[in-house]
Amino acid sequence: MSQTTSEKIPVTVLTGYLGAGKTTLLNRILSENHGKKYAVIVNEFGEIGIDNDLIIGADEEVFEMNNGCICCTVRGDLVRIMGGLMKRKGKFDAIIVETTGLADPAPVAQTFFVDEDVQKNARLDAVVTVADAKWLADRLKDAPEAKNQIAFADVIVLNKTDLVSKPELAEVEARIRGINPYAKLHRTERCKVALADVLERGAFDLDRILDLEPDFLEAGDEHDHHRHGHDHHDHDHDHGHGHGLKHYHDEDMQSLSLRSDKPLDPMKFMPWLQNLVATEGQKILRSKGILAFTDDDDRYVFQGVHMMLEGDHQRKWKDDEPRESRLIFIGRELPEQAIRDGFESCIVS
Amino acid sequence: MKGFESGIDPASIASVTERVRAIAIGASVTSVHFLSDRAAFVGAEESVTFADKEGELSKIEICGGGLLCAASDGARIVMGTDDGRLVALDAEGGVTELERDPKRRWIDNVALHADGAYAWSVGKTAFVRSGKGEAKSLEVASTVGGLAFAPKGLRLAVAHYNGATLWFPNMTAKPELLEWAGSHLGVTFSPDNKFLVTTMHEPALHGWRLADNRHMRMSGYPGRVKSMSWSVASKSLATSGADTVIMWPFTSKDGPMGKQPAMLAPLQARVTVVACHPREEVLAAGYSDGTVLMVRIEDGAEILVRRNGTPPVAALAWNARGTLLAFADEEGDAGLLTL
Repeated sequence: MSQTTSEKIPVTVLTGYLGAGKTTLLNRILSENHGKKYAVIVNEFGEIGIDNDLIIGADEEVFEMNNGCICCTVRGDLVRIMGGLMKRKGKFDAIIVETTGLADPAPVAQTFFVDEDVQKNARLDAVVTVADAKWLADRLKDAPEAKNQIAFADVIVLNKTDLVSKPELAEVEARIRGINPYAKLHRTERCKVALADVLERGAFDLDRILDLEPDFLEAGDEHDHHRHGHDHHDHDHDHGHGHGLKHYHDEDMQSLSLRSDKPLDPMKFMPWLQNLVATEGQKILRSKGILAFTDDDDRYVFQGVHMMLEGDHQRKWKDDEPRESRLIFIGRELPEQAIRDGFESCIVS
Repeated sequence: MKGFESGIDPASIASVTERVRAIAIGASVTSVHFLSDRAAFVGAEESVTFADKEGELSKIEICGGGLLCAASDGARIVMGTDDGRLVALDAEGGVTELERDPKRRWIDNVALHADGAYAWSVGKTAFVRSGKGEAKSLEVASTVGGLAFAPKGLRLAVAHYNGATLWFPNMTAKPELLEWAGSHLGVTFSPDNKFLVTTMHEPALHGWRLADNRHMRMSGYPGRVKSMSWSVASKSLATSGADTVIMWPFTSKDGPMGKQPAMLAPLQARVTVVACHPREEVLAAGYSDGTVLMVRIEDGAEILVRRNGTPPVAALAWNARGTLLAFADEEGDAGLLTL
């Protein structure tokens, strides 16, 4: 029998390019006086100084599932380790999985969606990406892994901000936002971030998909962010317009936001969405949506990783709440016009 | 909880539930083995609990952490721990440390050979220590999913991603790779040494006829197969993973190729563990709803050993003579039946 979400052990996936500060953040989490016990799954067993009772070395073995879906990869070693850890259920409160700097977060996340045993006992809490403020912009140019990690993140810890000037910081933030405007972004020195900002986020919890507004910066940017129509052949052009924050458009990794205040036809929308992720799922890293269906008083929420989708009715629409559907996709070379047209065709006219 | 809706009238099924001696282990159990006529319940962590026919319990501490794997040859149980040790427990309750991983890595799998040799694995490396005492190792391409000794000779099957490797630790010949795409987790030789069968990450088995490495695909399960057991004389392989016991026929030289499996003891619950009787054409099956049945393989006649309504059955074993049946659920409620 499966356990309810709250009883499942939360799993935080910690990613970040080489040298960004993953181990610093990990040690900060472990050494803080929070009274919680963590099981930590690391990739370089015994090589880094982490002081923790339950520390397990992983092999980062990425397996293709034999289900005909080529992007449906899982971490085989995680399946094994989770099985062993569950024998010690009750001895720890949460799990942190640290990936190598070159890892794609998708197989880790997908392990928590497709493996029956893993899913029974644990739930993915959030993907936290540590980024190096000084070097990230360069890595986004030459390392597809770094871009993946930013695109996939629920939380971005922009670290080493003390090593860059204000304009440099604004520049790197703009580049992050060009890829992923939805992740929560925290600027840190030596990964000094409140633990509540990286742990227990519930980023994959359907009940907590409340708001799909971009996480535009808390400070220093009071302007309206109108979306631009871009010329896709122009690389990294500046949309600064001389008023503060720069807007970058990343040529191969984008986010796409759809919105409608007219209800959707579920008989059209569900097949369209399923078909979209089945055909374009390799390009779509993350997707999320809050949907208003015609003749339905409940909000419907969904989220997905590549080709995997999960969705459910969440709760009744409140009286004072506009019944508006919102979807976001983050991915590589998204077929924007086709997605927009497909979405339009699901709106009840 | 609902009972036997799948055509079985609970009033009409033969029952021996009254004859089961209930045993409270008080902690999660992952397997059970018989050492002489005492049942030894291996906990998920820390200890093994012996229970005799009279219900007398004795608990033996094995380690301070998790017990990741266990295998028994009837004389001892060898277990791998999450602090990197391989530990043997004998019938008198004596505990011996056999191996210690220098980096204290997890020991994920263990297998025992009739002549006293044993095998274990850490990550991608499989080790064998023969009866003569020398240890040898083999690194495979990916993490070891399971280990099994062949019934004849010192030959070890190592299951891993994309197949299984057959290794003669005492020979210089290159280990033989049996390839099949996907992640292979459990592995077993047929007792007649003609077939090798693996359980896979996806809900399927894969098999090879060892004479010519011909493939056998055994699929159609709704869930992953975690338990396999050979019936007497290698006639068939009983498996968990469905809401019936799936029995693959191995009587012909082609094994189950082109044949349908028998489906025994259907319930509205998933079979979690199977154990064939060592001498008779009878098996025991444990289910996700806590039910334990004894089933006659020939006609599927069932005898109720334990009622449903508890956590999944996690452990099931016969003693060597087939006169005792022990079982335990995931939370450590166990039982011992004397036949």
